[in-house]
Amino acid sequence: MSDLSTDPPLVRIGRFLRDNPMIPLLVFLFLLIAVLEAMRPGIVMPVRAGRDGLISTFWVGNLIKFAIPLAMLAACQVLTMLTAGIDLSVGVVATVSAFVCATLSSIWGVAPAVLIALAAGVMVGLVNGFGVGVVRVHPLIMTLGTGLIATGCLQVYQRLVINAGSVVPDFLVWLGVGRTLGMPNGLVLFVPFAIFILWLMRYTGFGRLLFALGSNERAAKLSGVRAWQVYIALYVLSGFIAALAGLLYLGMIRQTSLSLANPLLLPSVAAAVIGGTSIFGGRGSYAGAIIGALILRVLDTMLTLMQMPEGARTALFGVIILAVTALYVRITGAR
Amino acid sequence: MKGLVRKHGWSLGLGLLFLLLLAVTRLIQPTFGASGFESLARAALPFAFATAGMAIVVIVGGIDLSVASMMAVAAVLAAVLMERIAGVPALFIVLAAGLVMGLVNGALIVLTRVPDIVVTLAMLFVWEGVALLILETPGGAASDWLEAGIRGFFPVEGIPQALLIIVVAIGAVWLPVRRSKLGLSIYATGSDERAAFRSGVAVGRTKIAAYGLCGLFCAMGGLSLAALTGIGEPVPGPYLLASVAAVVLGGVVLGGGRGGLLGPIIAVFILRIIRTILTLMAVDPNVTTIIEGTIMVAVVMLGTWLTMRGARR
Repeated sequence: MSDLSTDPPLVRIGRFLRDNPMIPLLVFLFLLIAVLEAMRPGIVMPVRAGRDGLISTFWVGNLIKFAIPLAMLAACQVLTMLTAGIDLSVGVVATVSAFVCATLSSIWGVAPAVLIALAAGVMVGLVNGFGVGVVRVHPLIMTLGTGLIATGCLQVYQRLVINAGSVVPDFLVWLGVGRTLGMPNGLVLFVPFAIFILWLMRYTGFGRLLFALGSNERAAKLSGVRAWQVYIALYVLSGFIAALAGLLYLGMIRQTSLSLANPLLLPSVAAAVIGGTSIFGGRGSYAGAIIGALILRVLDTMLTLMQMPEGARTALFGVIILAVTALYVRITGAR
Repeated sequence: MKGLVRKHGWSLGLGLLFLLLLAVTRLIQPTFGASGFESLARAALPFAFATAGMAIVVIVGGIDLSVASMMAVAAVLAAVLMERIAGVPALFIVLAAGLVMGLVNGALIVLTRVPDIVVTLAMLFVWEGVALLILETPGGAASDWLEAGIRGFFPVEGIPQALLIIVVAIGAVWLPVRRSKLGLSIYATGSDERAAFRSGVAVGRTKIAAYGLCGLFCAMGGLSLAALTGIGEPVPGPYLLASVAAVVLGGVVLGGGRGGLLGPIIAVFILRIIRTILTLMAVDPNVTTIIEGTIMVAVVMLGTWLTMRGARR
């Protein structure tokens, strides 16, 4: 440890924070909740005395409920950012999957509808993976392009099923709005999902390949990694997750629209960046992204309480992403 | 000689392709004439300005993902200002605002040392938010002369006014810059930043200036958006992908240092006329969006592939 002491303190703090990103994040989250409690006393209390005895105020449950789809989409960003990529098509994919599921449920029944919705996500992921892995287009431009094409496809599809009406499957509604013991049922889907992602990143060969490609792509390739296969698998997985998140979001909102989940795109990137995932690849944690999603939702509540307009919120997300990334670059000296 | 052919041959080829597509359009719709060309040029206006701005930052070795958002800010600013004060001062305020937005982008990139793509991605959100703050719902009004200014022909029948605006505005900004020391610095920084720095080029200042120019062109794009629609729309349009595709198709290498502004502008017209052809063939407009998106992605893929092959050699 003697060589560490020669570094300037800022770098040492930076290294500590990088090794334990959860500590400052959790501190920040609880700080925000404390501020919120000060702004609106009693908001975090799980129960409150109402006219007919104790009533639950549900705020914590609500917070978690709305953070779940965001955290799922953040998983797409974390995984792709590990390889220095990004997936900007997740918002559109989630929307497409929700729309397809809702409209096909009324025509062909629920099971095929869900399968086709997930298949649509996989399709977009496949195209992304091909563009990024085989043709080597920058992921940002590639996923933006596929997002645009998918939006076009959705509009054409919408005209085909315009008379079909839409049905939101019951089990999605149960997942989306149902509650057990004050906690949202979405956790039934999300907890196994989060464990799967954490396991995938930390304990599997695939996860190690992602870290390897992001840290030093050339070294990884020279070590025999077939990069294009990893990229295709990665973006297909990302598309699948996005489609899944779209289904959950459909159950939560219970109505269809052509831009249902699109507003979740920017926050999902922000959640991943706040959670300590480097947009330059090779470093990231999904646990951090989950906390990041919670932080964003608390911030959202706060800005709503302060009656901040929509534009200010969007701008703030941008500033947060930039500030966190700049801070990371400044502290660690890495790019 | 080979370099010369490569440099101008690409724009020449694009020009020929454009003429060919014009002929195809004429074949499909025999009545397609001067007025058709005029509406084509008008539709191309915002795309041309977005592409010009994007081309400059790509030449300097960066990329600006916030072009569409900056255009939205300029458009709503123009619509709001022109409703309240005289048109000409409003015009200059919008142009100045665009320049400032671009300079902010560039300064953040240079000062924070965060890669262009990340900074401009974050600024995309910021400018989008700013546009929403200026005007929450579509509204405001563009000056009548601005709306009338992009219509019709000048000075002779056959040359659309919109085309003239594109050529004059981009030429007036870009040609003096390109001839000056700044232009040389931009190309030097784009081809090899470290070498340029060691040769005494103020790399940081050059980058900031390039992003500033991009912002200026985005302001022009926003003004033309306001002129086209007559109102200000706070939602960014599909200009990011379109401008990247046109820049790549126009022969500017992603990575910087090579290409000019002529090729990308012709490329804009090629992409626009493809849309016209699809419309004339009575293709569903939504399907047109899909085809257009596919073409753009294919163009970027091809460009990346060619760059990779060139790098390997």
